[in-house]
Amino acid sequence: MLKSIRSASIMLGECVKMSLSNIRGNRARSFLTVLGILIGVAAVIALITTVNGFSGSLSSSFSSMGAGTLTMTVSGSDLKSGLTTGDLNELTKLEAIDGVTPSVSLSSRVSRGGNYETRISVSGKNAYYFQQNESLMKRGRTINISDEDSMTFVCIISPDMVKDFFYGVDPIGESLYIDGIPFRVIGLMNEDGDSSISGMMSGSPDILIPYTTAMKMNNVNVVTSVTAYLADGWTSETATEPLEARLDEMFSYEEDCYEIMDMSSIEETMTSMLNMVSALLAGIASIALVVGGIGIMNMMLTTVTERTTEIGLKKALGAIPWQIQTQFLIESFLLSIIGGAAGIALGLLLSLILSQAMGTGFEISTFAILLGAGFSAAVGILFGWAPARKASKLNPIDALRSV
Amino acid sequence: MEGMIENGAFFRMKKINKYYQMGEEQAHILKDIDLEIEEGEYLSVLGPSGSGKSTLMNIIGCLDVPTSGQYTLHGQSVDDMTEVELARLRGVEIGFIFQNSQLLPRLTAQKNVEQPMIYAGIGPKERRRRASELLERVGLSDRMEHMPSQLSGGQQQRVAIARALAGNPTLLLADEPTGALDQKTGRQVMTLFRELNDEGRTIIMITHDMNIAANARRVVRIIDGELLEGGSVSDA
Repeated sequence: MLKSIRSASIMLGECVKMSLSNIRGNRARSFLTVLGILIGVAAVIALITTVNGFSGSLSSSFSSMGAGTLTMTVSGSDLKSGLTTGDLNELTKLEAIDGVTPSVSLSSRVSRGGNYETRISVSGKNAYYFQQNESLMKRGRTINISDEDSMTFVCIISPDMVKDFFYGVDPIGESLYIDGIPFRVIGLMNEDGDSSISGMMSGSPDILIPYTTAMKMNNVNVVTSVTAYLADGWTSETATEPLEARLDEMFSYEEDCYEIMDMSSIEETMTSMLNMVSALLAGIASIALVVGGIGIMNMMLTTVTERTTEIGLKKALGAIPWQIQTQFLIESFLLSIIGGAAGIALGLLLSLILSQAMGTGFEISTFAILLGAGFSAAVGILFGWAPARKASKLNPIDALRSV
Repeated sequence: MEGMIENGAFFRMKKINKYYQMGEEQAHILKDIDLEIEEGEYLSVLGPSGSGKSTLMNIIGCLDVPTSGQYTLHGQSVDDMTEVELARLRGVEIGFIFQNSQLLPRLTAQKNVEQPMIYAGIGPKERRRRASELLERVGLSDRMEHMPSQLSGGQQQRVAIARALAGNPTLLLADEPTGALDQKTGRQVMTLFRELNDEGRTIIMITHDMNIAANARRVVRIIDGELLEGGSVSDA
């Protein structure tokens, strides 16, 4: 038993050496053959890694803005078109709700000195909003409660606005005209701007002002877009019910007055959609693997034909059929694995480049690597099987006679 | 091992027949061949092409099986062996020498000689040692690392002989061993065969060339698939 294991391992070692020398001996052909597998594996890896990175950064931005929040879009009823400041205070009193942030959007003409720009996205926010988004501010002060209460004309501006209107000037304390009204700049936003869900959806606003001021400018006394931040221990599932109850009460139990968006369910939907897309794309890419496998099979069949004499000779020298089969199987396996390894490397490189270009996260997916390796190994064995079997079945006499 | 030897025969063929299906017709290639060889004999089978001598060699070499008849080699009955058993038997009992030396072109002389030992499961160190010894024996100790393409025809054939000896076989089986060589190198190879036989090796050589056949100590002729005892060298 031990002896046969030893002799089998001696044989396998020699097969690997022999196969490598054959692969090296046919460099150009081996390279072309391997190319199919390489492209297939690279495509699968790049797709999976890129989609993973994308969904990773998506879910991290979702969780930064969405975890523990519920977003309400209020369409209102005939009697009550939105939520008043009083309603917001009411909602804040709910046990499930830590605080709320209204969002009042304007598209304004902004000017200073001789410069002006139109359709600048301005968003009205409250003081609580800044407590929840601490990383938003670069410098200066935030909008506070007294700004809300007295509807002051103060604003916080994005780096773009600084660049456009305050070249070479420190903007803080300076004034900026929004729809003709002078606002005092009190703070500057970071480059990333507003990463909240409402910010995401409206495109990051360039200017933030007190929401009460924004309501006055819009000539309305209600808000229609509100994000509720949940209190500790509450999830979007558990908090929805008391929130709905309170809102129903406010709208006198009329139907379709508001809609509550649950971030986590949206995230789930998007993630599962992304996964489906990625599976589909990977499926398409794996067609390349099959084509690569056929390439390997073709090369192996040619090799078997070319090396008929060698096979016959080896049989004459005492090689038994499984030894011949093993040798050819190892050769196709090695070809395929070499292609697979190069494909994994290329795929990772591609997805690194893609992630840099798209600004998404790059994360090496062990799953993708295992899949690529497993796939190429399987292709090598599967498509090498038939040629190897053919070789092992060759009659030694016919094989030797073909000289 | 002793127990396996039936009838004490070293090599015995009894009423060997071989038919080939050639389209509609059945060709009778070997007709009732009877052949017995003692250990240490040096026999040549002389016959023109088409006489059936290649078929006979393939059967002797366990590369092919007879349609009917009995063949015993080193006490083992070959007739009902499986493909795997035949392969093992070839590896252990028979050393082949072909007309074209049939070396593997991508391997050095040394590695070529090592080939049969790989299938026999001999470790790399032992293989190297034995291959060196054998190449020395055939006078190629200074050519071990040469590739076949860097060797002359006679040298290649000597490497092939060393390879045939690698498994320490019971029987050396040569098919037209000088067929691809010029007269001078052919004579060198024949001298080597003689020496090997003097050392106790059993040799069967198949050839169409009477002058080559005359190197053996016993000659049989094969004509039209029938074997005729040719007597001793002096008679041939």
